[in-house]
Amino acid sequence: MRDLLTIENLRTHFFAPEGTIKAVDGVSLRVREGETVCIVGESGCGKSITALSVMGLAAGSSGKVVGGRIEFDGRNLLELDKNELRTLRGHEIAMIFQEPMSSLNPVLPVGEQIMEPLIEHLKLGKKAARARAIELIAQVGIARPEQIANAYPHELSGGMLQRIMIAAAISCSPKLLIADEPTTALDVTIQAQILDMLRRFKAESNMSILLITHDLGVVAEMADYVVVMYAGKVVEEGEVTELFSHPKHPYTKGLLRSKPILNHRQDELYAIPGQVPNPLELTVSCYFHDRCGQCMDVCRSREPRLREAGERHRVACWLYEEAVAYV
Amino acid sequence: MSEPLLDIRRLKKYFPIKSGLLNRTVGQVKAVDDISITIRPGETFGLVGESGSGKSTVGRTAIRLTDKTEGEVAFKGVDLYALPPQELRKLRPKLQLIFQDPYSSLNPRVRVGDAIGEALLEHGLASKDEVRDRVLDVLSLCGLSSYHIDRFPHEFSGGQRQRIGIARALVLNPELIVADEPVSALDVSIQAQIINLFRRLQETNGLTYLFISHDLSVVEHLCSRVGVMYLGSMAETASRDDLFREPLHPYTKALLSAVPIPIPKLKRERIVLKGDIPNPANPPSGCKFHTRCPFAVARCAEERPEFRHVGGERYVACHLV
Amino acid sequence: MSAISGGLPAADTPIARKESVRTSLWALALRRLLQNKLAMAGGIVVALMFAICFIGPLFSPYTDNKIHMALMNKPPNWKHWLGTDALGRDVLTRVMQAGRISLTVGLASMVLSVFLGSLLGAIAGYYRGIADQIIMRIGDLLLTVPSLPLLFILGALLSEWKVPPEDRMYIVMLLLSFVNWPGIARMVRGEVLSLREREFMQAATVLGLSARRKLFRHLLPNLVPLLIVIASLNIGGAVLSESVLSFFGLGVMPPTPTWGNMIDAANNLIDFQQRPWLWIPPGFCIFATVIAVNLFGDGLRDVLDPKQKR
Repeated sequence: MRDLLTIENLRTHFFAPEGTIKAVDGVSLRVREGETVCIVGESGCGKSITALSVMGLAAGSSGKVVGGRIEFDGRNLLELDKNELRTLRGHEIAMIFQEPMSSLNPVLPVGEQIMEPLIEHLKLGKKAARARAIELIAQVGIARPEQIANAYPHELSGGMLQRIMIAAAISCSPKLLIADEPTTALDVTIQAQILDMLRRFKAESNMSILLITHDLGVVAEMADYVVVMYAGKVVEEGEVTELFSHPKHPYTKGLLRSKPILNHRQDELYAIPGQVPNPLELTVSCYFHDRCGQCMDVCRSREPRLREAGERHRVACWLYEEAVAYV
Repeated sequence: MSEPLLDIRRLKKYFPIKSGLLNRTVGQVKAVDDISITIRPGETFGLVGESGSGKSTVGRTAIRLTDKTEGEVAFKGVDLYALPPQELRKLRPKLQLIFQDPYSSLNPRVRVGDAIGEALLEHGLASKDEVRDRVLDVLSLCGLSSYHIDRFPHEFSGGQRQRIGIARALVLNPELIVADEPVSALDVSIQAQIINLFRRLQETNGLTYLFISHDLSVVEHLCSRVGVMYLGSMAETASRDDLFREPLHPYTKALLSAVPIPIPKLKRERIVLKGDIPNPANPPSGCKFHTRCPFAVARCAEERPEFRHVGGERYVACHLV
Repeated sequence: MSAISGGLPAADTPIARKESVRTSLWALALRRLLQNKLAMAGGIVVALMFAICFIGPLFSPYTDNKIHMALMNKPPNWKHWLGTDALGRDVLTRVMQAGRISLTVGLASMVLSVFLGSLLGAIAGYYRGIADQIIMRIGDLLLTVPSLPLLFILGALLSEWKVPPEDRMYIVMLLLSFVNWPGIARMVRGEVLSLREREFMQAATVLGLSARRKLFRHLLPNLVPLLIVIASLNIGGAVLSESVLSFFGLGVMPPTPTWGNMIDAANNLIDFQQRPWLWIPPGFCIFATVIAVNLFGDGLRDVLDPKQKR
């Protein structure tokens, strides 16, 4: 499989009056063609900012990509100008967000919002675009697509809106779909429908998906490859079965054990002690050290690098440093 | 069987839909539509459902935080809705609520120690000298440090604020705690801390919980009995073991099969429901679930199924069971 | 803070255990205000204006209102830094004395209208129902009448009734508060309505706190930031309205000087073209005060307004 998206040493920082927040600090990852990669982590770990950086949306009033490379299909996205980026967005890379309500324009019928990228990128005429939009609405499992196309966002439920977002996103058959917590705001039965649908589209069109989520259940269902982030860094990555059955980083292990699983009862949940460090007060160390049960001296003063820990499995933890040296 | 701590009988709560210039009532949202729940001392009753199911409204009407439309709520045999306001206020410490949002449920301008201690003083449950000690005790019970007592809420993270909310309820020695989605705003690793805290407090303080959540895995972990709500009605109640081993109502089955399980490549049978949750202002006729039910028959659209006893502790509202 | 720093103050970790962490929202707001250069500049100008107007005349040799025919309409010179007016009075002294009146009227009418507006607004928002209806409808009625013509009519009535000039200052204060309270009441009511639905108010009910405690300990302290912002922005408006009224001869009457009636006194072509020292100083004072007060108020709003997320 060919690499579609390669992120190398990406650093996106935010500049607050109190100091610099290194939201994404040296993140590297690859998404291959037709592969679903999940970035998993807790709030503030930088997973969403990584995705927004790919879309060129992280840079704003206070944020800036300060280093690294984002290569998509042979082009470095960070070097493209505004126009080139615009033709890429919505066409070859599409994105869906957690809150479909706030990402749709409230005063335009949803059908027209699906038509926009078709007219813009595929140069379809208005009539053809409308016909295609209705087709797409039907494809995402909405009954009465002609009527729904004329509806305004506030007339539709959250689940319907997320479908509309997906319809707009896949309208130009993108090579990569970035989905930032697409089902977090939805109910479980709706979530199941949406995830099913994403899997189906991916299988039909060989689209790659970069899925951002905090829900390990969703990861297990969707991912081929998983990247675990903590405090702006990748702490572990690997193929989904390998990572879930042989997690190496204490944080990954903790995350996997701390979630109650249906039909797997336990008396006491494992809980990772403490909390995520203040991003303004990070010092050179393993950022997980103060919550880690296996913390050693070296963890407090030196930062572990991501190293191979098996077939397509990498971990950044001092516990595995020696083992790696022998391989 | 012991006497119930909380007995909710045929509770209804309708919200008027107002519209137009004159603010006339044009309809009603039946947020809670004929719900009965009995909670026994020391148990954890889990109430699950999706958005619009009315589960939070049940929680709030159960402690008379909002008014009911019809029905009865008895706490240890006392009808809460028959109590005069002053009597109700005296009873409040026994019935506590823990909120979903740890940010908006704490007054930003009140120090943590005061927020926890003020109700003790107000109800004369402790003298001025004792309050500080009581607060310190409950802080340590909830996993907070003594130096947190003089701080303001904005200095805490979400998980710590939720601990403060729990401490604030706990210091009053409540008998019933209604927990309304207490962990859904928190990160996974923090969720586990709070869930464990809930469990430990039940063992040490003999608490009874009405635990409201949309997360079935959390409910299975924590609750002894579970009720499943759909659009204001109860679909099924059963003991935890029965419900998770063999769900009877088609909605419960679908709900359980939709929960993502963090085990990759797990093969399981999934019932994917059709369509969306109907608008609660305009629920379907007959069985409210019939529009999405994969097993629905003609009768389901016409006749509302009775919530009936089907043996043991199980009650189901479905024609097909 | 930005959305990305979800796990901020890590108070459990030893790194975060700094003394500075123990700060109330007030202290935080003050620190942020001190960092806002524009607001601080505004604050300093307002403070200077008050200081000069109230202390300045004590050092002036020309505080009497006597007429000195020999000194009529002199341009600025060493003895009279801002020149003299048509009656030979020192303009600088009069500007400072006028400032006392204008600022006092502004401050007092602000206090009165904020008091009236917040009391009525809080009652309307907290009790709702019939009280709300009555208060807000009266307020709406006042708001539908443009305030300037209303003030003109009332001012003209005052002249009709021959109110003694010394008392007119107090009447002007009352008038300004009378037209200003409905806007304030509306804002306060909205804030109270949203505050009483906040979950911590529900939490107070669950804890069984008394109505008094809920009101004074939980609701009102959260209203104070809004009131401070309203009050500061209101001073500017009141100073301006008083000047306008006095300019039209409907507010405070000469010989009591105010910035508005000083400009009015120079309201003729000769003074305007040839004696700018008569109208530039009071005009500048109005301008500077209003701008400075608004800058300071905007700064206060930035740091205090609960609706603006940190």
